[in-house]
Amino acid sequence: MALLQIAEPGQSAAPHQHRLAVGIDLGTTNSLVAAVRSGVADTLPNENAVHAIPSVVRYSEQLVQVGVDAEHFSAQDPLNTIVSVKRFMGRSLTDIQAKEQSLPYHFSASENGLPLFNTAGGQVNPIQVSAEILKPLVERAEKTLGGSLEGVVITVPAYFDDAQRQGTKDAAGLLGIKVLRLLNEPTAAAIAYGLDSGQEGIIAIYDLGGGTFDISILRLNKGVFEVMATGGDSALGGDDFDHVLAEYLQSAWHLSDLTAQEQRALLIESRRVKEALTDDTAVTASLVLTNGQTFECSVDKDKFDEIITPLVKKTMASCRRALRDAGIAADEVLETVMVGGSTRVPLVRDSVAKLFGRTPLTSIDPDRVVAIGAAIQADILVGNKPESDLLLLDVIPLSLGIETMGGLIEKVVSRNTTIPVARAQEFTTFKDGQTAMAFHVVQGERELVSDCRSLARFTLKGIPPMAAGAAHIRVTFQVDADGLLSVTAMEKSSGVQATIQVKPSFGLTDQEIGTMLKDSMANAKEDIERRMLAEQQVEAARVLESLSAALGKDSELLSQKEAALIEQGMAHLAQTAAQNDVSAIEKAIEALDEASQSFAAKRMDNSIRLAFKGQSVDNI
Amino acid sequence: MNYFELFSFLPEYDLDTALLAERYRDLQRAVHPDKFANASEQDKRIAVQRAAQVNDGYNTLKHPILRAEHILSLKGFDLSHESTTVKDTQFLMQQMEWRESLEDITDSDAPEEHIEQLHHSFSDYTAQIKSQMSKLIDSDSEQDLLNVADMIRKLKFMAKLQDELARAEDALF
Repeated sequence: MALLQIAEPGQSAAPHQHRLAVGIDLGTTNSLVAAVRSGVADTLPNENAVHAIPSVVRYSEQLVQVGVDAEHFSAQDPLNTIVSVKRFMGRSLTDIQAKEQSLPYHFSASENGLPLFNTAGGQVNPIQVSAEILKPLVERAEKTLGGSLEGVVITVPAYFDDAQRQGTKDAAGLLGIKVLRLLNEPTAAAIAYGLDSGQEGIIAIYDLGGGTFDISILRLNKGVFEVMATGGDSALGGDDFDHVLAEYLQSAWHLSDLTAQEQRALLIESRRVKEALTDDTAVTASLVLTNGQTFECSVDKDKFDEIITPLVKKTMASCRRALRDAGIAADEVLETVMVGGSTRVPLVRDSVAKLFGRTPLTSIDPDRVVAIGAAIQADILVGNKPESDLLLLDVIPLSLGIETMGGLIEKVVSRNTTIPVARAQEFTTFKDGQTAMAFHVVQGERELVSDCRSLARFTLKGIPPMAAGAAHIRVTFQVDADGLLSVTAMEKSSGVQATIQVKPSFGLTDQEIGTMLKDSMANAKEDIERRMLAEQQVEAARVLESLSAALGKDSELLSQKEAALIEQGMAHLAQTAAQNDVSAIEKAIEALDEASQSFAAKRMDNSIRLAFKGQSVDNI
Repeated sequence: MNYFELFSFLPEYDLDTALLAERYRDLQRAVHPDKFANASEQDKRIAVQRAAQVNDGYNTLKHPILRAEHILSLKGFDLSHESTTVKDTQFLMQQMEWRESLEDITDSDAPEEHIEQLHHSFSDYTAQIKSQMSKLIDSDSEQDLLNVADMIRKLKFMAKLQDELARAEDALF
């Protein structure tokens, strides 16, 4: 399939077949699913014509409720009703408790320090909660589109670190859904606008959602979206406007010791007041306590602006930093795009207009623009638009480094480097005869390890004993297009090698993943086996399809002997895949991979040579 | 890896950056993993590796200092892991003076003008070194290339100063 996408026009032989893929905006407050139908991308509504579902999940003893059903209970049953779970994704319990006050949940810590919500329905982690939110969206999409999905594009804040991205991908994995790409939310918004109106130039995307803030500076040119810089705050959003307003009301009313239920009611009222102040100049806030006592107070626009100014200012500082990182001045920005419901707050719009010196774009619903962009990208990635020129070149939002002596960090990949990226760094032993070396991978901008995010720890063993400083240990970081990291370490003189599948320090253990998979299925054992078989069969089909297309197109790159070996491997895989032995299929895929490795590399290099075809010979 | 070859350029310092950007996009269109979203794991793996090389090559050729360093390394002078430093005392004195001037920004009566002034001095000096370097870098004489290596080291000093100036500017907000 992929080969069809890069084939020259007129060369692709396979008949066009429409594949089902959707874009999902897994938001802090609300989530949406969108698809391209008859060439038009739009969000998919439920049977009541409602597009968004609240990102709320309630775990009671009997059942799990999601969306509006769960939201009804958010004031009444706050302990078991999880809202804004995205804020907990990929973060440790200590981290969360240090940053967020007055959370109504009962937490435990997992083996790796992940937060676990203790609910009436049992212990759940943020990945499982996110999977529950994805489930009805996928069901809605399959029902509306009339078939099972080949893959999804899920959006994440550009500022999400490795652990947060991995967590999001794992949530889809729990449902057995293939993630075509994790797409940065601002980039998705740019796709939605860029393709519709054919923009070319520098675009700033200001995205203030419920729980996260992102600023991205993109360059759009001939179908290529290039991220020049990103910045933001993964713990600042419209929810914080609600919180500061709630704090203001609480102190204005001299209220202390609110129950969890009253606190939630106060937050809900604060949000209502905030939203009403978008159009009105003054709004009356009111709260009824459990004992029947009633409080009222008028909040005008000036007061509200004053309360939220420090938060808005923080976003402006991030914008200036992103502009500087991109190496451009504010007046070079051609358009600013507003994303996220919180950009409806007038002070936010005014501040953005002032900073960039132009009125921001708001013609696409700021709550739906991200999902719409994701749907467009999903449609292309799944192979429905082989003629599309769209290409996304994203950057890594936070620097990656390794801890060195004294708790300092040696940066290996710096922030805003275009991904995919591979970078190597050399280290050496500091003791005579040292045979092992421990590495600690961190992500963040600060110079001290204690101020950065711990991503993973691993040890390279089996280094031959040498004098201190004689060993050359090369550590290679590779970040893929989703922003996910893998690390390899090698001692150069001996060739001792360790490949580390980076398991986030605050990620899941294998056992936890196994348990979660079981929990997510009714008839655990057979279902898991059936699913593993199905997954391997799909991968086998993918390998066979792409190899036969490759042989059809590039067989001249092979010797007869090589071609015979590959064909033999293909025949074996086809035969094995028709049976039910999961590990035999895995082995057959591996063997074929091995046999076709150099062919695959040659083809890739051939397409590099062809990339300049059609350009003037003088230039080359 | 010879990045000039990857991008089909002659290994020369002067380079058409618009054409470079165009070729970069063409290359990414051919190898970016998104073009292989539906392909086998093997194709995806190779695509990630090639796309990373293309990114690294673009980054190297785009930045004048890195490009110059790459040219030298292709000619057998590897500066990337060296610890040699600049020995030109006049240059080092000038560096110290500028560094002190950077520290004075916070106490300055007109910090913005002060920054502006330093910014000018830095860019003028950098432009001067770059123009000298561009005259020598395509030479094959060892002495010329050793001089170029020295200029690259000086440019790195200047880049650090410029970073620090930007940071001092941030601190004013």
